[in-house]
Amino acid sequence: MDLGNLYQDVILEHNRNPRNWGELPPPNDRADGRNPMCGDEVTVWLKLEGDRVTDISFVGTGCAISKASASMMTQAIKGKTRAEAEAVFEQFHAMVTGHHANPAGDATVGKLKVFAGVARFPARVKCASLAWHAMHEALHQAHSRAS
Amino acid sequence: MTSVMRDNLAPPPSAPMALDVATIRADFPILSMEVRGKPLVYLDNAATSQKPRAVIDALTQYYERENGNIHRGVHYLSEKATELYDLTREAARRFFNARHAHEMIFTRGATEGINLVASSFGEAFIKAGDEIIVSTMEHHSNIVPWQLLCERTGAVLKVIPVTDAGELDMDGYRALLTERTKLVSVVHISNALGTINPVADIVRLAHEAGAAVLIDGAQSAPHARVDLQAIDCDFFVCSGHKMLGPTGASILYGKEAWLDRMPPWMGGGDMIEHVSFERSTWARLPSKFEAGTPSIGDVVAYRHAFEYLERVGLENIAAHEHDLLAYAVEQVRDIPGLRLVGTAQEKAGVLSFVMDCAHPHDIGTILDGFGVAIRAGHHCAQPLMRRYGLPSTARASFYLYNTREEVDTLVQAIHHVRHVFA
Repeated sequence: MDLGNLYQDVILEHNRNPRNWGELPPPNDRADGRNPMCGDEVTVWLKLEGDRVTDISFVGTGCAISKASASMMTQAIKGKTRAEAEAVFEQFHAMVTGHHANPAGDATVGKLKVFAGVARFPARVKCASLAWHAMHEALHQAHSRAS
Repeated sequence: MTSVMRDNLAPPPSAPMALDVATIRADFPILSMEVRGKPLVYLDNAATSQKPRAVIDALTQYYERENGNIHRGVHYLSEKATELYDLTREAARRFFNARHAHEMIFTRGATEGINLVASSFGEAFIKAGDEIIVSTMEHHSNIVPWQLLCERTGAVLKVIPVTDAGELDMDGYRALLTERTKLVSVVHISNALGTINPVADIVRLAHEAGAAVLIDGAQSAPHARVDLQAIDCDFFVCSGHKMLGPTGASILYGKEAWLDRMPPWMGGGDMIEHVSFERSTWARLPSKFEAGTPSIGDVVAYRHAFEYLERVGLENIAAHEHDLLAYAVEQVRDIPGLRLVGTAQEKAGVLSFVMDCAHPHDIGTILDGFGVAIRAGHHCAQPLMRRYGLPSTARASFYLYNTREEVDTLVQAIHHVRHVFA
């Protein structure tokens, strides 16, 4: 697989059929992400039981990169503990900003390695990370509420 | 430069002359570069234009042979820099047919010009309950300074609606004008839609209601003949870097009668007549509005942009862009799932569009792979995007150096977008 290619088939497929699309019923934690450069918006909903993300969903307007990234994020995060989710966020962020030495060999990154090509397109980093920042914010809110 | 279309002093020809685009292109060094292994097709001219060799050389020449601070010393370089700086002011006056050179104030950009008027005119003439009119198709730079002014003063912002085609609703405009209207600030040519607004009519109606008018000419000055005395607006701003000039040098025009009655905006060196701790007095126009050391080198080089545009001829440039736009519309009209945004009768060389299969960002990235540079986004016009229910559009914008062959490359790349996403 050529990781330099931005529009991997997996990304195009998630763009056409986003997973975990829609609002979660309450109680939940939600956070919004906005990209001031393009006006794109995303909302992420989280349901936590104890320390574990038992459900996650999103709705948004955005490009293929942002939509596919949000979709694959929900798959990667569902079932993870808060600490595990934060670790995936950090590795993903390092990868799309070009600071991950070996995304293909990182089990935490897993399928998300299809976004490695984003690092070559600095203008698109915000697209790829928009939903992730919203998820991060929602996790933070859940944590503050609980503590 | 070799792209002389007509003598600088000759009257404008009655019919536009076809541009010698090959010769013009040779004047722009960047146009011969490759991007991602493909010849650059630069269609983001509404964001910024490329620069001719004459402007680039003028910048180098200034820093190698002419650099001194203006209005300061009696030495050779200070006098030389001052002379060159003021030559650009006169070139701007001539270019826009203003009455006086001292009505042309140098700013960093159109945004700074609008902010200057909002602050200074606002301080002198706007009070609680007064009304300021803008339109739905304004750039954020012609919205936010007025919102800030309204917050400071208690004035009220009113908005002219636009039609589905992207034209100003002139009846809606007339209905907004009242005795409370103090200022109307509208765009001459929309950066997002390409619509050419009837600014002379807008000014006449505002003046009948007793209101002053600011015209945002960021997109008109590069592409059309702008005659400030004919338009009769009270203020006008343009953006030097969108009209072949360097970044950092632009013009705010204001009628002398207004500028004389307005307080200074920024205080500092160069804008004073006399300073004491008890009281300071202000320099005459234009220095009153040019505090501190300006972008002298950029202003000096800006004159060569005016001269280049005059030599080619604004009427010829407008006709060339009109031809490119018509050709492009013809090519993309039948692409399934592609919709043009902005179909005004009077329209400049802006092709704004959306596609069912792909977000503008994705269109922009695919086109970039073909070496084609366009803008994808909300074009700093979010209220306008909201009016059309869109987060953003893809926008190709043409200039004097673009060709039909480049439009062909654009269209080929758009077809590839469908191949990837549809």
